[in-house]
Parts: sequence; C-alpha cells; structure tokens
Amino acid sequence: MAKAATRKTAAATPSVERRAALAGQELSATGVKLAVLPTAERISLRAPEASVAALSKALGVTLPRKPKTSASKAGRTALWLGPDEWLVIDEAGKDPLADCAEVTALHSAVGISHRNVAISVTGPAAASAINSGCPQDLSLDAFPVGAASRTILGKVEIVLLRTAEDAFRVECWRSFSDYVFTFLSYAAGDAAA
Amino acid sequence: MLLIRCPYCEEERPELEFRNAGEAHIARSANITGESDDDFEKFFFIRSNPKGIIYERWRHMHGCARFFNAVRDTVTDKFIMTYKAGEPKPAKVPGVAK
Repeated sequence: MAKAATRKTAAATPSVERRAALAGQELSATGVKLAVLPTAERISLRAPEASVAALSKALGVTLPRKPKTSASKAGRTALWLGPDEWLVIDEAGKDPLADCAEVTALHSAVGISHRNVAISVTGPAAASAINSGCPQDLSLDAFPVGAASRTILGKVEIVLLRTAEDAFRVECWRSFSDYVFTFLSYAAGDAAA
Repeated sequence: MLLIRCPYCEEERPELEFRNAGEAHIARSANITGESDDDFEKFFFIRSNPKGIIYERWRHMHGCARFFNAVRDTVTDKFIMTYKAGEPKPAKVPGVAK
C-alpha cells in the first residue's frame, strides 16, 4: 500500500517533457544521410472539386490537382494523394486545421500531426537507398523535384516527397517509424557499397 | 513485377501498390431484403471465373487509394486496360478479337 501511495505522489509531480518518436536520430553513410525531421503540423484533407478554391485560399497554398504533384508556400506543403485527398504539412508552426475551420465549403480536415514521423533522406545515393524498398521509378524524369506520392517502403506505407534533386522526405506512421528508420539505415549502407 | 495503369494517377505503377477486389460490375439489388435466396446466392457467391478475359475491381491501395476497374486475361495475367470506377463495361476491349 505504502508503495502505491508513493508512486501516486511521483506521478503528480510536473510531467516529463514530451519526446517525439525517434527524436533527433541521424545516420550518415557514404552518399546518404538520414535524419528524423522535427515535428510539424499535418492535416489530412478531403474535399470535392467545388471546395478546392476556397480551401486553397484559406490555407494560403494552392492545392495541386495533378497526380503525383505537390505545392509549397511559406513553410506549408500540400501533397496530392488522391483525386480528392491531400496531405498538408506545415513546418512554420502555424495550424492548418484552424485555417480550414474558417472555410464553410464542404470538406473534411483531420489533424494528424502526431500520427506521422518524417525522415529526410539526402545525398547523391538517396534515391537508390529508397529504391531498395520502394518499387517506384525515382529517376528525375518520372519523379521530379516536388513530386509526391503515397507508396510503399518494404512492408509499410509511406508518403514520399522529393524536396530536391538529391533529397526526399519520407512520411510514415509513428508506430512504423522505427521500422522505416532501420530499413533506411540498412538501405543507406547498401546504397553506399 | 507487373506494372498496372491507375486511371486516377494516370500512370503505370508497380503491382505492389495494388490490391485485387474481386469481380467488377456486380450490382447489388436495390431491394436486397426482397431478394429470393437463389438470387442472393447468385449475387453474393457465384462468380464467373472465366478462362480468358475477366473484368475485375482493383484498388490502388498504397497510392491514391481509389477503386477502379481492370480488364485482365486470366491465362496470360496481362492487364488489357483499366478504367475508372462507375464507368460502363467497355464494349470493345483493345487487342482482343470478338
């Protein structure tokens, strides 16, 4: 009993700092660098064609309508995932969910900031590292800078965004992040070899 | 690996991103409670399972996540064409006699 009471008191003390999954992890291999990116605000946005203009205005970034594309403005990126589905990532610390809340046009915006973990894969061998688990064509012709797609990596689903010729952002679900980071770590080693 | 053309992504994507979702163009009765047991059995369990051209539903699960329809040859496993969900069964399938 006494023990339980002690435990209760300990829990009542100021809570510990929140730590994001894999926070701060990094890895460097020849030609590939992996880094877990800082937390960001994210929403999953579903909307019919008629609402796209109003939502684009509220978000400050034009929602892309073409498959496999993305649009970016002032730290906010909108990724085309499906014909009526977007992933909006805000790295500037503003809340896209609040911006969507002001829109009266029909839409569904769900906050998924903590559902995803982002890993950056950079370096000249970045594409080949990702290709060790992702079956898509990542050549610059097929997957140019700014291209974005939901796809798979090994056994899990990821959202892939090419941020530069030799840089990718890999978004995966939080509970899969350890798998993804480990997978990419081995892939980076292989790509370097 | 097969490359399957997704009509929503408008390009060929690797097979691993897709899931099969059974035979296409099977309409559910608007009055399902009024169906006789025999009709319900036909709708629910009986599939054509042909040797040759089959119309199937596929889903671009790990891509745009949309369902679409595909015409596939069960002998060669080749995809002949794909089209968006809700579109009518193509009257003429390219490259196939008959």
